[in-house]
Amino acid sequence: MSRKISMKTAINEALDLEMRRDPTVIVMGEDIVGGTGANGEDDAWGGVLGVTKGLYAKHGDRLMDTPLSESAYIGAAVGAAACGLRPVAELMFMDFMGVCFDQIFNQAAKFRYMFGGKAQTPVVIRGMVGAGFRAAAQHSQMLTPLFTHIPGLKVVCPSNAYDAKGLLIQSIRDNDPVIFCEHKNLYGLECDVPAESYAIPFGEANILRDGDDVTIVSYGLTVHRALEAATALAKDRIEAEVIDLRTLSPIDWDTIIESVERTGRLVVVDEAHPRCNLATDIAAFVGQNAFGALKAGAQMVTGPHTPVPFSPSLEDLYVPSAEAIAAAVRRTLSPTGSRSHGIAA
Amino acid sequence: MSNERIKPIVMPKWGLSMSEGKVTGWLKRPGDHVALGDDLLEVETDKITNVVEAGESGVLRRVLGENDTVYPVKALIAVLADPDVSDDEIDAFIAGFVVPAADADADAADATPRYLFAETAAGTIRYATRGEGGPAVLLVHGFGGDLDNWLFSIDALAESATVYALDLPGHGQSTKSVADPSLSGLSAAVLAFMDHVGLAKAHFIGHSMGGAVSMRTALDAPDRVASLSLIASAGLGREIDHGYIQGFVGATSRRDLKPVLETLFADRGLVSRSLIDDLLKYKRLDGVEDALTAISSAMFADGAQSSVLTDLIAAAKTPILVVWGEEDRVIPAAHANALGDAARVAVIPNAGHMVQMEASSKVNALLKDHIGKAA
Repeated sequence: MSRKISMKTAINEALDLEMRRDPTVIVMGEDIVGGTGANGEDDAWGGVLGVTKGLYAKHGDRLMDTPLSESAYIGAAVGAAACGLRPVAELMFMDFMGVCFDQIFNQAAKFRYMFGGKAQTPVVIRGMVGAGFRAAAQHSQMLTPLFTHIPGLKVVCPSNAYDAKGLLIQSIRDNDPVIFCEHKNLYGLECDVPAESYAIPFGEANILRDGDDVTIVSYGLTVHRALEAATALAKDRIEAEVIDLRTLSPIDWDTIIESVERTGRLVVVDEAHPRCNLATDIAAFVGQNAFGALKAGAQMVTGPHTPVPFSPSLEDLYVPSAEAIAAAVRRTLSPTGSRSHGIAA
Repeated sequence: MSNERIKPIVMPKWGLSMSEGKVTGWLKRPGDHVALGDDLLEVETDKITNVVEAGESGVLRRVLGENDTVYPVKALIAVLADPDVSDDEIDAFIAGFVVPAADADADAADATPRYLFAETAAGTIRYATRGEGGPAVLLVHGFGGDLDNWLFSIDALAESATVYALDLPGHGQSTKSVADPSLSGLSAAVLAFMDHVGLAKAHFIGHSMGGAVSMRTALDAPDRVASLSLIASAGLGREIDHGYIQGFVGATSRRDLKPVLETLFADRGLVSRSLIDDLLKYKRLDGVEDALTAISSAMFADGAQSSVLTDLIAAAKTPILVVWGEEDRVIPAAHANALGDAARVAVIPNAGHMVQMEASSKVNALLKDHIGKAA
């Protein structure tokens, strides 16, 4: 049976269902029960934004409040995974990856390779990404490209509640480390989600809108901005195909290439900073593998090469807007389109 | 505003989930005379494209629905009127036309939920019911299908019948645990559903595997089945495209599933992105792969149909209608003649396995006629 629930509820439901299905699934992180020192039953915060609220009452000590030391508890989660559990560790804000990145990229990502395939590391590291939450420069970044860069990590970033639930269940069942990026400004967004368990396979992009004139590729929050842009462009009879990557590693190259071969035009939207991100990656891949299909240079719409500003008016300008995406699409349709610098604010 | 000489043509509502439709092409021009049943225009929903037929006759005086434009259900898209009606009257009619508010629709939907759930002896069964009075009709979908396969049939049949459509165990939003994946097991689940909703007897309309389930029910519980309408039915011969069955069970991605689904239609273009997405959402549910594997092993092992019921059902007393799409690539249309004189047979050109969707008007007319005569 399906009903409308928010992305936050969908994530909570995925954790609940997998904890019920598999006794090796545990959940750990800062304040995910009730805050350090507080009795979970009396003071169940369920994480800084309440995503894990209610799980302690259902699963008790399989949820663990950790000390404020990311290097310690992310390391513990990675070790527990290598020893047979399936930990889901919440990093709160992905911006905190810096203090535990050795545990992620040098340990978790390397175990299978360095132990000759004899070890697996089925850990999921969940955390919030993205700007627009008035949380300033250290809690607002879209650091997905840094994780995507590392072989051995799988990187997921859902754009809606249905995908969040199915991708998180797949992440927990997956035998490799998965970085699960939750855009905080999508937590409240509702859509139809089945009550049952289901898993969405990695590496399969979702086509959210059909179109023959231009391909817009994005993920996370900016998928919705791309859809807004597509609706606006349709009034001028410009039909955009909108592709939601869903997973950044593995990435669904086939769907991107097939679409661009049909439309001949590509706009990639990434909330991350403009250098070495998903937009540059995809534009380069398409340039190398489908150059003959392109009628114009690929356009990239990204956040600027600056920290995320705390000023609300500046922060609103930071995240790629529907208008900026529509303008990029129009550049691919104009004769001088390929001469843009491509680093749009 | 009412004016009996002016007849609005509105965006139709096909099935349970349609809220809007896109005009993709007019088959009549302004000024054309239109007779009852003429093809007027093509409309694309998020599920499928279909032709809208004229429900009344007259001159097509105005075409308001523009190509490639989406309109809500019940929006005015054209005006039929007699030739002597003045343009001013038509303008006034259009100006005064009020599209029923979406809120009113939502309230109506709350009063009669689109989908219902029954806790039966065979587990949770999802179903829908439409219409009141008249004979009871039960719609049974095929392998891998669900009650939305009757998108274009359920409301048409409900004009003169009380119609039930269910999801078989392992399918749609019914239980994914299939206690007995054989024809008898699925038939027992259908009977359990009928018991739950208090349906003593019904006219069965079965598509593909649902046809075989319906026949099995008619043989095992003849007093529960008033008539049989078998659409591209299994159980009338050994042959079946096993590649389709295996492809459907095995496909996990849009790219794998699309060519498989195209096998179902004469016009492959009818397989829309949203049709594929809906099926992928179903196939991703825990338990579905096991259920489909169990059912296909029980019914279609070794690349052929395990149960051929032709002789048994031909000897039964049930009135039978057999409908097939001439271009069926899953079960050959030659099976339509398996029952000889024991059945009325209609083979419809330019339609494939999903003939009830591809040629819905023709199939609905045949079904209503058959039920009317058998009732």
